[in-house]
Amino acid sequence: MTNLPLLTLLVAIPLVAGGLCLFVNASAARWIALIATLIDLALGSYLWAAFDPNGAQWQFVEHLPLAAGINWDLGIDGIALVLIMLSVFLMPICIGASWRSIDKRVPEYMAAFLLMEALMLGVFAAQDLFLFYVFFEGGLIPMYLIIGIWGGAERIKASYKFFLYTLFGSVLMLIAMIYMVLQAKTTSIPVLMAHDFPVDAQKWLWLAFFASFAVKMPMWPVHTWLPDAHVQAPTAGSVILAGVLLKMGGYGFIRFSLPMFPEGSAMFVPFVFVLSGIAVVYTSLVALVQTDMKKLIAYSSVAHMAFVTFGLFAFNRQGIEGAMMVMLGHGLVSGALFLCVGVVYDRLHTREIAKYGGLSNNMPGYALLFMVFTMASVGLPGTSNFVGEFLSLVGTYKVSSWAAVVATTGIILGAAYMLLLYWRIAFGEARTKEAALMTDLSAREWWLLAPIAAGVFWMGIYPESFIRPFRNDVGRILERVERATPAGDMNLTPGKPQPQAEQHAAEAAH
Amino acid sequence: MHPVIFIVFLPLLAAIIAGLGGRWIGQTPSKVVTTGSLFIGAALSWPIFIGYLTGGSQEQVVQVLSWINSGNLQVAWELRVDALTAVMLVVVTTVSSLVHLYSWGYMAEDPSQPRFFAYLSLFSFAMLMLVTANNLVQMFFGWEGVGLASYLLIGFWYHKPSANAAALKAFVVNRVGDFGFSLGIFGTFWVFGTLSIPAILAAAPSMAGSTVGFAGMHVDTMTLLCLLLFVGAMGKSAQLGLHTWLPDAMEGPTPVSALIHAATMVTAGVFMVCRLSPMFEQSATATMVVTFVGAATAFFAATVGTAQNDIKRVIAYSTCSQLGYMFFAAGVGAYGAAMFHLFTHAFFKALLFLGAGSVIHAMHHEQDMRFYGGLRKEIPFTFWVMLIGTLAITGVGILGVGFAGYHSKDAILESAYASGSVHGTIAFWAGAIAALLTSFYSWRLMFLTFWGKPRWGASEHIRHAVHGDHDHPDAEHGDSSHDDDMPPAGTGGYHPHESPLTMLVPIGLLAVGAIAAGFTFSHYFLESAEFWNGSVAFNEHLAHAMHGVPTWVKYTATVVMLIGLAIAYNNYIRNPQDAAGFVKQFGGIYRFVKNKWYFDELYDRLFIRPSLWFGRLFWMRGDEGTIDRFGPHGAAYAVGVGNKITARLQSGYLYSYALVMLLGLIGAASWAIWWASK
Repeated sequence: MTNLPLLTLLVAIPLVAGGLCLFVNASAARWIALIATLIDLALGSYLWAAFDPNGAQWQFVEHLPLAAGINWDLGIDGIALVLIMLSVFLMPICIGASWRSIDKRVPEYMAAFLLMEALMLGVFAAQDLFLFYVFFEGGLIPMYLIIGIWGGAERIKASYKFFLYTLFGSVLMLIAMIYMVLQAKTTSIPVLMAHDFPVDAQKWLWLAFFASFAVKMPMWPVHTWLPDAHVQAPTAGSVILAGVLLKMGGYGFIRFSLPMFPEGSAMFVPFVFVLSGIAVVYTSLVALVQTDMKKLIAYSSVAHMAFVTFGLFAFNRQGIEGAMMVMLGHGLVSGALFLCVGVVYDRLHTREIAKYGGLSNNMPGYALLFMVFTMASVGLPGTSNFVGEFLSLVGTYKVSSWAAVVATTGIILGAAYMLLLYWRIAFGEARTKEAALMTDLSAREWWLLAPIAAGVFWMGIYPESFIRPFRNDVGRILERVERATPAGDMNLTPGKPQPQAEQHAAEAAH
Repeated sequence: MHPVIFIVFLPLLAAIIAGLGGRWIGQTPSKVVTTGSLFIGAALSWPIFIGYLTGGSQEQVVQVLSWINSGNLQVAWELRVDALTAVMLVVVTTVSSLVHLYSWGYMAEDPSQPRFFAYLSLFSFAMLMLVTANNLVQMFFGWEGVGLASYLLIGFWYHKPSANAAALKAFVVNRVGDFGFSLGIFGTFWVFGTLSIPAILAAAPSMAGSTVGFAGMHVDTMTLLCLLLFVGAMGKSAQLGLHTWLPDAMEGPTPVSALIHAATMVTAGVFMVCRLSPMFEQSATATMVVTFVGAATAFFAATVGTAQNDIKRVIAYSTCSQLGYMFFAAGVGAYGAAMFHLFTHAFFKALLFLGAGSVIHAMHHEQDMRFYGGLRKEIPFTFWVMLIGTLAITGVGILGVGFAGYHSKDAILESAYASGSVHGTIAFWAGAIAALLTSFYSWRLMFLTFWGKPRWGASEHIRHAVHGDHDHPDAEHGDSSHDDDMPPAGTGGYHPHESPLTMLVPIGLLAVGAIAAGFTFSHYFLESAEFWNGSVAFNEHLAHAMHGVPTWVKYTATVVMLIGLAIAYNNYIRNPQDAAGFVKQFGGIYRFVKNKWYFDELYDRLFIRPSLWFGRLFWMRGDEGTIDRFGPHGAAYAVGVGNKITARLQSGYLYSYALVMLLGLIGAASWAIWWASK
């Protein structure tokens, strides 16, 4: 089994299936897409099971020199593994969510989704700098198409905004990559992770990468593409956008910024914390006054992703492991929340919160699952998001109690806007006749949401399954950044010794 | 397997069965499963408690599953059983099982009973997780779990906007408390390097006097941590400042008010302070704050309780006030007395709430006491148990033998006085005044409800009942009239009916507790360091000093109780016009108190409106007016490419455009490699 190029297969299967889709009719395309994504899920699960958390840092390594100096270098560590798991888990759900709601240009749609899966998995598996770049930026194209072709009324504006923001970031990142390759004489990511760049250069390199990752994250103030993109994207597009594409920013920070530029990262900790702190308060308050369901959840994503940047730049184990768990938890929960919006959008064709109400009456199953995901989103212990938020805030507190105070206000504001949303949708009386007539979840919709709910509880009750694979990798990053770790503002000073102890000390001195 | 596993997890299992399977298995099986799980729990809990009373049991920790492991942050799912937990196990399972049983009758006409019983059992599970926690994170799990259940149950009648608003408010205000609790947990972890409660408590003395940086200040470590944790306790236990959610929580069905908002959940804050008492003992500042907040709440809530007309709101403010007593007892170091009052209060307050529920049931969902009157003869059983509850809460007793509240409240007042500190003395006086007010509002409730002439005829609920108008929503309603005058007498042809046995049996059993819980257990809680066995920071010195207080201190509670009774008797039986006269003469004070000191209005102006205002400002002026205008839109305008690109897209060149983009990307990368390897 181990001789098979598993990672190549993982990338190639959706790619080939996507090509196939273009030559068949709508129904066949759906089935091809579903089967291909399920095979990838099976492959991913095998990787998860076969991955040795105490083994080598890079596992399932493949090396194949390509033309023009680019190497087909694949390999994963625990961090990449869990993000790959997240991607392959959400993909079949996305296909299922598009089963009925997409009815124009279905083969092209499925091909675009499968292409995106291939590119996303490539991002996490790439070990060559430029291979990574191609996957990283290439992943925008299918997303761009999905929003631009299958999106809502304002789709062109949204996809344009999305494109402009990300283009800006990636140009700067490309320039930085070229410099790095020239300086370190290698394109291998594992080698670069151990390379010490001059501290002066690190500052600029860090900023260049930051430009790209901050947009992807997205961090305040480069977040305004996200609400528009989410609102216009079809349901499955939103799920992948929130579930996986946003995680590429966090993955970038943890794979490049921290290990490659430790001093640079340390220098910008206050900068990152200030932006993240603003993001938590600002976007939570904006979420509070939204009238469009998708926009509300999109803004909440910005606030939640700030917990990731807080945790990552806390420079300690709790912070980084917490950030990873927030990424995984948010991937599931925001994906599920967008699916929940999709469920009612498919029935009523509006995202206006004011058009709903009282869904607990006619859609009890929906109300139950929506409640589960709402509670997970507000970080209730026992759900996935709690573990991540708790750890990342613990980590943040060590570096800056101020930052922790600001970040923790997120748990108050988050509860306010999510419960307000839930109230307006599921409680009270239906505000339109159509809303009162909507039917409860179909079997297909149960199959989309119930597995995510199971994942949410698994992560919340026994997160060890998810933390174990990347524990050693976080340890390796900590070794890299140790020399630059900020001191923090705790300054714990022991109290005056007790009088008795003082006496003993005095006696000992004589 | 240790029985605590069954005590804790059976209610969870029952909640899942009734909640998810209720639609298939039907109402009665759902009710049997949930109620049964709690009765089993109670049957298993009492022997554990008795084991600690007789001194034969040691503390135990039962491992369940590992939970969060991140470096030296190691927390597990584990169940701790010691004397303190045993007290809580008994309180939670006993009251919960009786409330489950009571709900068979009270909720009999509700169509979503499986959901209701599932929520009740889910609550019990979370509460049991809280009291058996061996680390702060599991305590937080239980803490949030009870918050969730409380939210779901307050909003149980989700078609009512007022119920939804109350549920949301309860959750968010509690989250303000959790904000402090969370920061306290973070700080505790970095100071002690662990979140295991026994390890923290063991290391606490070594941290006395140390200082730590926090938000730009340098402060005493233990004071900081205790105060942060205490903010959490204030939220959950509705202490002054974070109390606003509790009265509104009365929107939930009455059994919920009895279980969650009187006997168990709201006492979690007191439990937390007692559980962490060795920490609090390391900071004189923190205990002083706890004392002041408790005393202030006891006084504040008692004043508001005197002016409410909704029977449940009177009892809700009473709960708030009694929780204040528990806190200032803990603040002066009398943790045994605090836990004792928690214990006795659970019985008599649950009794009062369930009794009130029986009255509401009899009065066809009318909750306004102005429309009661003369019910003594109509519902005699309810009257007698409510009388017992009132005697218990007002602390009736003589020469060391009395109703439950007599033992615990006297112990608290005596401890506060005996502590000798300035804040202890202030708490004593605040507590004494609050005791007078308690006696007044409790007897006011009794007199308005059970004595005098019937005033039912004017009630809309009663009129609906008499005219057989069953369209009326089958839910509870609060203050239905804004008129401060008493409605005219008259029955309107209505005949109140006594509640069914499923309701009366639990009330009867609680009445036994309200009579006997005081003198039976007083010795163990107040005087026995062996009983507590290190599970709270038992202060033996204070326990002795309590008995040495001057005689006038010992009689203070009884005297103020009699004064309160006399005023209530005068105002509501002897000279009913006196109450109205007082209201007219001191209109300002009356309105201030009746409007709950205007806390809701203040918070609305201070927090809610500004939040929404800032939200709109950031959205319209920030995101759209500034970032977009100078960001993407500005860039497009400046370069002039925006229009072109948009035009291309719209004319269907998407594919070719994307292809060009991809090719360009690959080209750029290849060029870079070539350049790099040159």
